[in-house]
Amino acid sequence: MDQSKEKFAQLQELIDSHRNQPGALMPVLQGAQGIFGCVSEDVQKFIAEGLGVTLSEVYGVATFYAQFSLHPKGEYLISVCLGTACYVKGSQSVLDKLSEVLEIPVGGTTPDGRFTLEATRCLGACGLAPVMMINGEVYGRLTPDAVPGIIAKYKAKD
Amino acid sequence: MEIYRAHVLVCGGTGCSSSGSATLIERFNEKIAENGLEKEVKVIRTGCFGLCEAGPVVIVYPDGTFYSRVKPENVDEIVTEHLLKGRKVEHLVYTDHATHEQDANKALEDITFYKHQKRIALRNCGVIDPENIDEYLAMDGYKALEKALTKMTREEVIDEILKSGLRGRGGGGFPTGLKWKFTYNSVSDQKYVACNADEGDPGAFMDRSILEGDPHAIIEAMAIAGYAIGASEGYIYVRAEYPIAVKRLTVAIEQAREYGLLGDNIFGTDFSFNLFIRLGAGAFVCGEETALMHSIEGKRGEPTTRPPFPAVKGLFAKPTMLNNVETYANVAQIILHGADWYNSMGTEKSKGTKVFALGGKINNTGLVEVPMGTTLRTIIYDIGGGCPNGKKFKAVQTGGPSGGCLPESLLDTPVDYDNLIAAGSMMGSGGMIVMDEDNCMVDIARFYLDFIVDESCGKCTPCRVGTKRMLEILNRIVNGKGKEGDIEKLEELAKTIKSTALCGLGQTAPNPVLSTLHFFRDEYEAHIKEKRCPAHHCKALLQYVITDKCRGCTACARVCPAQAISGEVKKQHVIDPDKCLKCGACMEKCRFGAITKM
Repeated sequence: MDQSKEKFAQLQELIDSHRNQPGALMPVLQGAQGIFGCVSEDVQKFIAEGLGVTLSEVYGVATFYAQFSLHPKGEYLISVCLGTACYVKGSQSVLDKLSEVLEIPVGGTTPDGRFTLEATRCLGACGLAPVMMINGEVYGRLTPDAVPGIIAKYKAKD
Repeated sequence: MEIYRAHVLVCGGTGCSSSGSATLIERFNEKIAENGLEKEVKVIRTGCFGLCEAGPVVIVYPDGTFYSRVKPENVDEIVTEHLLKGRKVEHLVYTDHATHEQDANKALEDITFYKHQKRIALRNCGVIDPENIDEYLAMDGYKALEKALTKMTREEVIDEILKSGLRGRGGGGFPTGLKWKFTYNSVSDQKYVACNADEGDPGAFMDRSILEGDPHAIIEAMAIAGYAIGASEGYIYVRAEYPIAVKRLTVAIEQAREYGLLGDNIFGTDFSFNLFIRLGAGAFVCGEETALMHSIEGKRGEPTTRPPFPAVKGLFAKPTMLNNVETYANVAQIILHGADWYNSMGTEKSKGTKVFALGGKINNTGLVEVPMGTTLRTIIYDIGGGCPNGKKFKAVQTGGPSGGCLPESLLDTPVDYDNLIAAGSMMGSGGMIVMDEDNCMVDIARFYLDFIVDESCGKCTPCRVGTKRMLEILNRIVNGKGKEGDIEKLEELAKTIKSTALCGLGQTAPNPVLSTLHFFRDEYEAHIKEKRCPAHHCKALLQYVITDKCRGCTACARVCPAQAISGEVKKQHVIDPDKCLKCGACMEKCRFGAITKM
């Protein structure tokens, strides 16, 4: 509870620093996504009140952009690049293999909340295609065979 | 200022960072200190060198020795041999793809990959430390801004850009000078300049490389634009997915402010200019200018109809001039060297150079900048080194989701805005994805449509519903359920969407389908009529078969997840097509090349 209080205090600070600034909603939502890991209904209501805009406006923007999620994501976020260069070099089969190994569909989170699997568009590391990113760490020149080993490494962490 | 006898340039672009260049820098600094060379040798993290395939890339000056795919364990050798004893580490030197030589004495510009290039927009990428304004200043940085502010009138600046023939590098190819002029002509108490750095085209990463490698070039150009059109504020809208670019841009803006190159009374004139960064949040449609401005305003990034054009009513309902990153990257050079210098390069209607992001089935993945009018063949074969593993070239995709796929017969097309449109594709932002014989063109069209359906903002019906119907048909075709008449239906939908969608995203969305239908219609027909994928790519239409090369080693049967393979030891095995999942595991495992796709 205290933790959540602290987070809302942080959000309040963010809102205050953006008040009266044109176009404040986007940076505030981006900040909130960073603080909470998602923008749940409570957070959206808080922002709407804080910035003096309607909840529907906040919800409209939050659901428009891929960066904002309404539900929390897993501890490890796996993003497989489905940009053209990676796709042409077979990233779909890497994604399929991950889905099989983790037993979750693309966009899903494992029941233990450890892994979220996502397809993403172009990470800009086309020279390493096909690539995926796990919490900021990039794995390049992937094959489906390499997948179980990489996942096992993360599963072994506590 | 301290003088060093040698500089070690380590690429800190996204590609090389992903393959561990940060560790290299740490290691270099450690080893240099261990050997007491810290006063003699300086390590610099630069922007992208362009040849991502060879990453992480390290260049040692003054010799200009080009080391490629450097691993942390190689650093010791480079320090003790090259930097300490002056002996180049031959076995780590880049191997030229054309000559197969590992020539440590070859100058960078003589390497085949760089020989055909002319770097203007990328001039400082891989050359300077992007987080150090002094290095940019040493490369004639902010001289163009000084020239514009102190020696040129606003009209003269606009005339120079007009005369240079520079056209929008984001894809549309609208004459940049005209855009400046229109915004200049609008009367308002407040105007804005904006920079589109929401590079969403999958497979294009030139804007990112420029922002990461030479952020001051964008700041300088935007200030020049602000002076020309009469704006005191600018916004850079950059993808949140580009954290390195955002960081370097932030650092650069702070430094420019400290040096008085942004802020009030720049160069002692009455011109004041400030820049702000706004982060995108992952919406491809925000590359469209009206959508981008709505996003900066904190709204949903949906496009609106034009007119009114942004030059009249843009950001916060004020006249706004929006250019793409690569367009801005040319501006300071044009002001400094003159329009005549710039328009001496290129073709009749497309002047200067263009940066392309080469990717896909190509040997030298990376960024290349060539004069307009260079042929596709030169870019793909002479610079790119052709398709790897001896595979046959099939097509090159230009222009991203708005562009098309061009076949081998068009490889001698000189690349410029008009030629690409005439060929059935478009320049787009400059992504160039090469495909070989293993790529199915129907599946590629499906891939792009899938992207569009995902990214359509949903505001207008043709784009929201039309592209979805097209995707359904394409999904059907690649799954072996295509019907007579599907091709005609695709064409009809494409025509309607092109002529009725609200914005550029929708209007160009059918292009990948139309161009593949035009050049690779036989592949569509094979899928529909013969239920066959000529590239052996579409899973639903292929079958794995074991030939008589099989030695009966049982490796395939053991690796098969579906137990679809049976047979006795040392005798030819067979695959049960009903059980086969078509995962391809058996084919990868077979050491005798006995398994083929049909």
